Amino acid sequence: MKILLVDDEEDLVSTLAERLSFRGIDADWVTSCEDALKKVETEKYDLAVLDVKIPRISGIELGRRLKEKDPEMGFIFMTGHGSDDDFKAGSAEAGAEYYLVKPVNIELLIEKMKKVLED
Amino acid sequence: MNNQWDIIGGEGLQFFGKMSASISHEIKNVLAIINENTGLIEDYTIMTEKGAHFDPGKFKSLAEKIGAQIRRADEIVRNMNAFAHSIDEPAKSIDLSDFLEFAQALFARFAVMRGIRLESELTESALMINTSPFFLLNLTWLCLDFAMDAAGSGKAVGLSARKRDIGAQIGFTGLKALGEALSGEFPGEKEKPLLELLKAEIEIDQERGEIMLNLPGDMAR
Repeated sequence: MKILLVDDEEDLVSTLAERLSFRGIDADWVTSCEDALKKVETEKYDLAVLDVKIPRISGIELGRRLKEKDPEMGFIFMTGHGSDDDFKAGSAEAGAEYYLVKPVNIELLIEKMKKVLED
Repeated sequence: MNNQWDIIGGEGLQFFGKMSASISHEIKNVLAIINENTGLIEDYTIMTEKGAHFDPGKFKSLAEKIGAQIRRADEIVRNMNAFAHSIDEPAKSIDLSDFLEFAQALFARFAVMRGIRLESELTESALMINTSPFFLLNLTWLCLDFAMDAAGSGKAVGLSARKRDIGAQIGFTGLKALGEALSGEFPGEKEKPLLELLKAEIEIDQERGEIMLNLPGDMAR
Protein backbone atom coordinates (compact mmCIF):
# COMPACT_ATOMS: atom_id res chain seq x y z
CA MET A 1 0.00 0.00 0.00
CA LYS A 2 1.39 3.41 -0.97
CA ILE A 3 -0.18 6.49 0.53
CA LEU A 4 0.19 10.28 0.50
CA LEU A 5 -0.23 12.28 3.73
CA VAL A 6 -1.20 15.96 3.39
CA ASP A 7 -1.28 18.32 6.38
CA ASP A 8 0.34 21.73 6.91
CA GLU A 9 1.73 20.51 10.26
CA GLU A 10 5.07 19.01 9.21
CA ASP A 11 5.78 17.44 12.61
CA LEU A 12 2.48 15.58 12.34
CA VAL A 13 2.80 14.10 8.84
CA SER A 14 6.52 13.31 9.04
CA THR A 15 6.06 11.39 12.31
CA LEU A 16 2.91 9.65 11.11
CA ALA A 17 4.74 8.57 7.93
CA GLU A 18 7.55 7.03 10.00
CA ARG A 19 5.07 5.18 12.23
CA LEU A 20 3.20 3.86 9.19
CA SER A 21 6.47 2.66 7.66
CA PHE A 22 7.07 0.54 10.80
CA ARG A 23 3.71 -1.09 10.00
CA GLY A 24 4.65 -1.89 6.42
CA ILE A 25 2.93 1.07 4.79
CA ASP A 26 4.90 3.20 2.36
CA ALA A 27 3.89 6.81 3.09
CA ASP A 28 5.04 10.04 1.45
CA TRP A 29 4.10 13.37 3.00
CA VAL A 30 3.66 16.99 1.88
CA THR A 31 2.53 20.13 3.71
CA SER A 32 0.66 22.02 0.98
CA CYS A 33 -2.02 21.39 -1.60
CA GLU A 34 0.32 22.57 -4.37
CA ASP A 35 2.93 19.98 -3.40
CA ALA A 36 0.24 17.28 -3.20
CA LEU A 37 -0.92 18.06 -6.75
CA LYS A 38 2.70 18.02 -7.97
CA LYS A 39 3.43 14.74 -6.19
CA VAL A 40 0.65 12.83 -7.96
CA GLU A 41 2.08 13.89 -11.32
CA THR A 42 5.08 11.62 -10.76
CA GLU A 43 3.92 9.07 -8.18
CA LYS A 44 1.02 6.64 -8.03
CA TYR A 45 -0.78 6.41 -4.67
CA ASP A 46 -3.47 3.97 -3.57
CA LEU A 47 -4.79 6.44 -1.06
CA ALA A 48 -4.40 9.98 0.29
CA VAL A 49 -4.96 11.06 3.91
CA LEU A 50 -5.90 14.74 3.86
CA ASP A 51 -6.37 17.34 6.57
CA VAL A 52 -9.73 19.03 6.04
CA LYS A 53 -8.25 22.45 6.83
CA ILE A 54 -5.14 23.18 4.85
CA PRO A 55 -4.08 26.62 3.66
CA ARG A 56 -5.71 28.16 0.58
CA ILE A 57 -8.12 25.36 -0.40
CA SER A 58 -10.02 22.89 1.75
CA GLY A 59 -8.94 19.27 2.02
CA ILE A 60 -12.28 18.25 0.50
CA GLU A 61 -11.55 20.44 -2.56
CA LEU A 62 -8.00 19.07 -2.75
CA GLY A 63 -9.52 15.58 -2.71
CA ARG A 64 -11.69 16.49 -5.69
CA ARG A 65 -8.68 17.80 -7.62
CA LEU A 66 -6.58 14.74 -6.81
CA LYS A 67 -9.46 12.52 -7.88
CA GLU A 68 -9.53 14.28 -11.25
CA LYS A 69 -5.85 13.44 -11.70
CA ASP A 70 -6.20 9.87 -10.45
CA PRO A 71 -9.78 8.53 -10.35
CA GLU A 72 -8.62 5.32 -8.65
CA MET A 73 -7.17 7.05 -5.59
CA GLY A 74 -9.01 6.54 -2.27
CA PHE A 75 -9.33 9.19 0.46
CA ILE A 76 -9.46 9.58 4.21
CA PHE A 77 -10.01 12.99 5.77
CA MET A 78 -8.63 14.12 9.13
CA THR A 79 -10.00 17.07 11.05
CA GLY A 80 -9.23 19.09 14.13
CA HIS A 81 -12.91 19.93 14.61
CA GLY A 82 -13.73 19.40 18.22
CA SER A 83 -17.47 18.93 18.57
CA ASP A 84 -19.95 16.22 17.57
CA ASP A 85 -21.85 18.73 15.41
CA ASP A 86 -18.68 19.66 13.54
CA PHE A 87 -17.93 15.99 13.07
CA LYS A 88 -21.43 15.29 11.70
CA ALA A 89 -21.19 18.22 9.28
CA GLY A 90 -17.78 17.07 8.05
CA SER A 91 -18.87 13.45 7.86
CA ALA A 92 -21.85 14.35 5.68
CA GLU A 93 -19.55 16.13 3.25
CA ALA A 94 -16.83 13.50 3.08
CA GLY A 95 -18.62 10.26 3.90
CA ALA A 96 -18.62 9.06 7.52
CA GLU A 97 -16.41 6.05 6.93
CA TYR A 98 -13.59 8.20 5.66
CA TYR A 99 -13.50 10.90 8.29
CA LEU A 100 -11.29 10.82 11.40
CA VAL A 101 -10.98 13.34 14.23
CA LYS A 102 -7.50 14.37 15.44
CA PRO A 103 -5.65 13.09 17.38
CA VAL A 104 -5.95 9.96 15.26
CA ASN A 105 -5.38 6.44 16.60
CA ILE A 106 -2.92 4.87 14.14
CA GLU A 107 -4.46 1.40 14.30
CA LEU A 108 -7.91 2.88 13.54
CA LEU A 109 -6.38 4.84 10.66
CA ILE A 110 -4.90 1.67 9.18
CA GLU A 111 -8.22 -0.12 9.61
CA LYS A 112 -9.97 2.70 7.70
CA MET A 113 -7.28 2.65 5.00
CA LYS A 114 -7.87 -1.04 4.41
CA LYS A 115 -11.61 -0.48 4.28
CA VAL A 116 -11.26 2.33 1.73
CA LEU A 117 -9.09 0.15 -0.48
CA GLU A 118 -11.54 -2.78 -0.17
CA ASP A 119 -14.40 -0.47 -1.18
CA MET B 1 -22.27 46.43 29.18
CA ASN B 2 -25.86 45.36 28.44
CA ASN B 3 -26.40 48.43 26.29
CA GLN B 4 -23.26 47.60 24.30
CA TRP B 5 -24.55 44.10 23.58
CA ASP B 6 -27.90 45.54 22.49
CA ILE B 7 -26.06 47.59 19.87
CA ILE B 8 -23.91 44.73 18.61
CA GLY B 9 -26.58 42.03 18.63
CA GLY B 10 -25.46 38.59 17.52
CA GLU B 11 -22.29 39.81 15.78
CA GLY B 12 -20.28 39.88 19.00
CA LEU B 13 -21.33 36.34 19.87
CA GLN B 14 -20.57 35.10 16.37
CA PHE B 15 -17.11 36.62 16.63
CA PHE B 16 -16.57 34.99 20.02
CA GLY B 17 -17.67 31.63 18.58
CA LYS B 18 -15.46 31.95 15.49
CA MET B 19 -12.36 32.71 17.56
CA SER B 20 -13.10 29.96 20.10
CA ALA B 21 -13.58 27.38 17.33
CA SER B 22 -10.28 28.40 15.72
CA ILE B 23 -8.44 28.15 19.04
CA SER B 24 -9.88 24.70 19.79
CA HIS B 25 -8.89 23.60 16.29
CA GLU B 26 -5.31 24.70 16.89
CA ILE B 27 -5.16 22.91 20.23
CA LYS B 28 -6.38 19.74 18.48
CA ASN B 29 -3.47 20.06 16.04
CA VAL B 30 -1.01 20.36 18.92
CA LEU B 31 -2.53 17.28 20.59
CA ALA B 32 -2.31 15.37 17.29
CA ILE B 33 1.42 16.13 16.99
CA ILE B 34 2.08 15.15 20.61
CA ASN B 35 0.05 11.98 20.01
CA GLU B 36 2.19 10.96 17.01
CA ASN B 37 5.46 11.77 18.76
CA THR B 38 4.58 9.81 21.91
CA GLY B 39 3.34 7.02 19.63
CA LEU B 40 6.71 6.99 17.86
CA ILE B 41 8.52 6.76 21.23
CA GLU B 42 6.29 3.76 22.02
CA ASP B 43 7.13 2.21 18.64
CA TYR B 44 10.88 2.68 19.25
CA THR B 45 10.54 1.22 22.76
CA ILE B 46 8.71 -1.89 21.52
CA MET B 47 11.29 -2.42 18.79
CA THR B 48 14.14 -1.88 21.29
CA GLU B 49 12.62 -4.56 23.52
CA LYS B 50 12.73 -6.86 20.50
CA GLY B 51 16.44 -6.21 20.04
CA ALA B 52 16.52 -3.23 17.65
CA HIS B 53 19.00 -0.42 18.32
CA PHE B 54 18.19 3.25 17.97
CA ASP B 55 20.39 6.30 18.28
CA PRO B 56 19.57 7.93 21.67
CA GLY B 57 19.54 11.21 19.73
CA LYS B 58 16.23 10.11 18.19
CA PHE B 59 14.60 10.02 21.65
CA LYS B 60 16.11 13.39 22.50
CA SER B 61 14.77 14.89 19.28
CA LEU B 62 11.28 13.53 19.96
CA ALA B 63 11.34 14.91 23.51
CA GLU B 64 12.32 18.31 22.08
CA LYS B 65 9.46 18.19 19.57
CA ILE B 66 6.98 17.39 22.34
CA GLY B 67 8.41 20.20 24.47
CA ALA B 68 7.99 22.65 21.57
CA GLN B 69 4.33 21.65 21.17
CA ILE B 70 3.71 22.06 24.91
CA ARG B 71 5.11 25.61 24.69
CA ARG B 72 2.94 26.24 21.61
CA ALA B 73 -0.15 25.00 23.47
CA ASP B 74 0.74 27.16 26.45
CA GLU B 75 0.84 30.25 24.24
CA ILE B 76 -2.47 29.33 22.57
CA VAL B 77 -4.14 28.87 25.96
CA ARG B 78 -2.67 32.14 27.28
CA ASN B 79 -4.09 33.95 24.24
CA MET B 80 -7.42 32.18 24.69
CA ASN B 81 -7.50 33.31 28.32
CA ALA B 82 -6.68 36.91 27.38
CA PHE B 83 -9.37 36.79 24.69
CA ALA B 84 -11.97 35.45 27.15
CA HIS B 85 -11.10 38.20 29.64
CA SER B 86 -11.24 40.92 26.97
CA ILE B 87 -14.97 40.96 27.60
CA ASP B 88 -14.70 41.62 31.37
CA GLU B 89 -14.67 45.41 31.29
CA PRO B 90 -16.78 47.66 29.05
CA ALA B 91 -13.78 50.00 28.70
CA LYS B 92 -10.20 50.07 29.86
CA SER B 93 -6.86 51.67 29.09
CA ILE B 94 -4.80 49.59 26.62
CA ASP B 95 -1.53 49.95 24.75
CA LEU B 96 -2.51 49.77 21.07
CA SER B 97 0.85 48.25 20.08
CA ASP B 98 0.43 45.40 22.57
CA PHE B 99 -3.18 45.04 21.46
CA LEU B 100 -2.16 44.63 17.80
CA GLU B 101 0.50 42.08 18.70
CA PHE B 102 -2.16 40.07 20.55
CA ALA B 103 -4.68 40.48 17.69
CA GLN B 104 -2.08 39.25 15.21
CA ALA B 105 -1.47 36.12 17.27
CA LEU B 106 -5.22 35.53 17.61
CA PHE B 107 -5.91 35.94 13.89
CA ALA B 108 -2.73 34.25 12.59
CA ARG B 109 -4.34 30.92 11.78
CA PHE B 110 -7.06 32.59 9.68
CA ALA B 111 -4.39 34.41 7.67
CA VAL B 112 -2.40 31.21 7.12
CA MET B 113 -5.51 29.40 5.89
CA ARG B 114 -6.06 32.12 3.31
CA GLY B 115 -2.41 32.11 2.25
CA ILE B 116 -1.89 35.63 3.66
CA ARG B 117 1.22 36.87 5.49
CA LEU B 118 0.61 39.36 8.30
CA GLU B 119 3.42 41.89 8.67
CA SER B 120 3.36 44.06 11.75
CA GLU B 121 4.97 47.45 11.95
CA LEU B 122 4.94 47.85 15.69
CA THR B 123 5.81 51.08 17.45
CA GLU B 124 8.36 51.03 20.24
CA SER B 125 6.65 53.53 22.51
CA ALA B 126 3.37 52.86 24.30
CA LEU B 127 0.24 54.13 22.54
CA MET B 128 -2.42 54.26 25.22
CA ILE B 129 -6.14 54.57 24.47
CA ASN B 130 -9.25 53.96 26.52
CA THR B 131 -11.55 51.52 24.71
CA SER B 132 -13.51 48.29 24.84
CA PRO B 133 -10.89 45.59 24.13
CA PHE B 134 -13.43 42.98 23.01
CA PHE B 135 -15.34 45.21 20.61
CA LEU B 136 -12.11 46.67 19.25
CA LEU B 137 -10.88 43.13 18.60
CA ASN B 138 -14.16 42.37 16.81
CA LEU B 139 -13.85 45.49 14.63
CA THR B 140 -10.16 44.85 13.96
CA TRP B 141 -11.08 41.33 12.84
CA LEU B 142 -13.76 42.63 10.45
CA CYS B 143 -11.31 45.13 8.97
CA LEU B 144 -8.61 42.47 8.65
CA ASP B 145 -11.09 40.03 7.10
CA PHE B 146 -11.85 42.66 4.45
CA ALA B 147 -8.16 43.60 4.12
CA MET B 148 -7.18 39.96 3.45
CA ASP B 149 -9.67 39.88 0.56
CA ALA B 150 -8.14 43.14 -0.69
CA ALA B 151 -4.52 41.93 -0.33
CA GLY B 152 -4.54 40.72 -3.92
CA SER B 153 -1.46 39.19 -5.49
CA GLY B 154 0.88 40.55 -2.79
CA LYS B 155 -0.71 38.18 -0.28
CA ALA B 156 0.59 40.28 2.60
CA VAL B 157 -1.24 42.68 4.91
CA GLY B 158 0.69 45.18 7.02
CA LEU B 159 -0.65 46.05 10.46
CA SER B 160 0.44 49.16 12.27
CA ALA B 161 -0.47 51.28 15.27
CA ARG B 162 -0.01 55.05 14.89
CA LYS B 163 -0.54 58.09 17.06
CA ARG B 164 -2.89 60.82 15.85
CA ASP B 165 -3.35 64.38 17.15
CA ILE B 166 -6.35 63.07 19.05
CA GLY B 167 -6.45 59.34 19.60
CA ALA B 168 -4.76 56.66 17.53
CA GLN B 169 -5.02 54.72 14.30
CA ILE B 170 -4.71 51.12 13.18
CA GLY B 171 -3.45 50.86 9.60
CA PHE B 172 -4.05 47.91 7.25
CA THR B 173 -1.58 48.34 4.40
CA GLY B 174 -0.44 46.65 1.19
CA LEU B 175 -3.98 46.11 -0.13
CA LYS B 176 -3.17 45.75 -3.81
CA ALA B 177 -6.68 44.73 -4.85
CA LEU B 178 -8.49 47.31 -2.71
CA GLY B 179 -10.38 48.75 -5.68
CA GLU B 180 -11.90 45.36 -6.55
CA ALA B 181 -12.74 44.56 -2.93
CA LEU B 182 -14.58 47.87 -2.56
CA SER B 183 -17.21 46.78 -5.08
CA GLY B 184 -19.06 45.43 -2.00
CA GLU B 185 -20.16 47.68 0.86
CA PHE B 186 -17.42 48.49 3.35
CA PRO B 187 -17.90 49.44 6.10
CA GLY B 188 -21.10 47.39 6.01
CA GLU B 189 -23.84 46.38 8.42
CA LYS B 190 -21.48 44.37 10.63
CA GLU B 191 -18.93 47.15 11.04
CA LYS B 192 -21.26 50.14 11.49
CA PRO B 193 -22.61 49.32 15.00
CA LEU B 194 -19.07 48.65 16.24
CA LEU B 195 -17.81 51.92 14.74
CA GLU B 196 -20.63 53.72 16.51
CA LEU B 197 -19.99 51.99 19.82
CA LEU B 198 -16.25 52.65 19.73
CA LYS B 199 -16.73 56.19 18.34
CA ALA B 200 -14.35 55.14 15.58
CA GLU B 201 -14.26 55.75 11.87
CA ILE B 202 -12.80 54.02 8.83
CA GLU B 203 -10.81 55.95 6.24
CA ILE B 204 -9.95 54.35 2.91
CA ASP B 205 -7.05 55.39 0.70
CA GLN B 206 -7.55 53.46 -2.50
CA GLU B 207 -4.44 54.90 -4.18
CA ARG B 208 -2.11 53.79 -1.40
CA GLY B 209 -4.02 50.53 -0.85
CA GLU B 210 -4.70 51.25 2.79
CA ILE B 211 -7.54 51.14 5.30
CA MET B 212 -7.20 53.24 8.45
CA LEU B 213 -9.25 52.63 11.56
CA ASN B 214 -9.30 55.90 13.50
CA LEU B 215 -9.90 55.56 17.21
CA PRO B 216 -10.62 58.24 19.80
CA GLY B 217 -8.24 58.55 22.73
CA ASP B 218 -11.12 57.81 25.05
CA MET B 219 -14.30 56.16 23.74
CA ALA B 220 -16.16 57.18 26.90
CA ARG B 221 -15.90 60.90 26.12
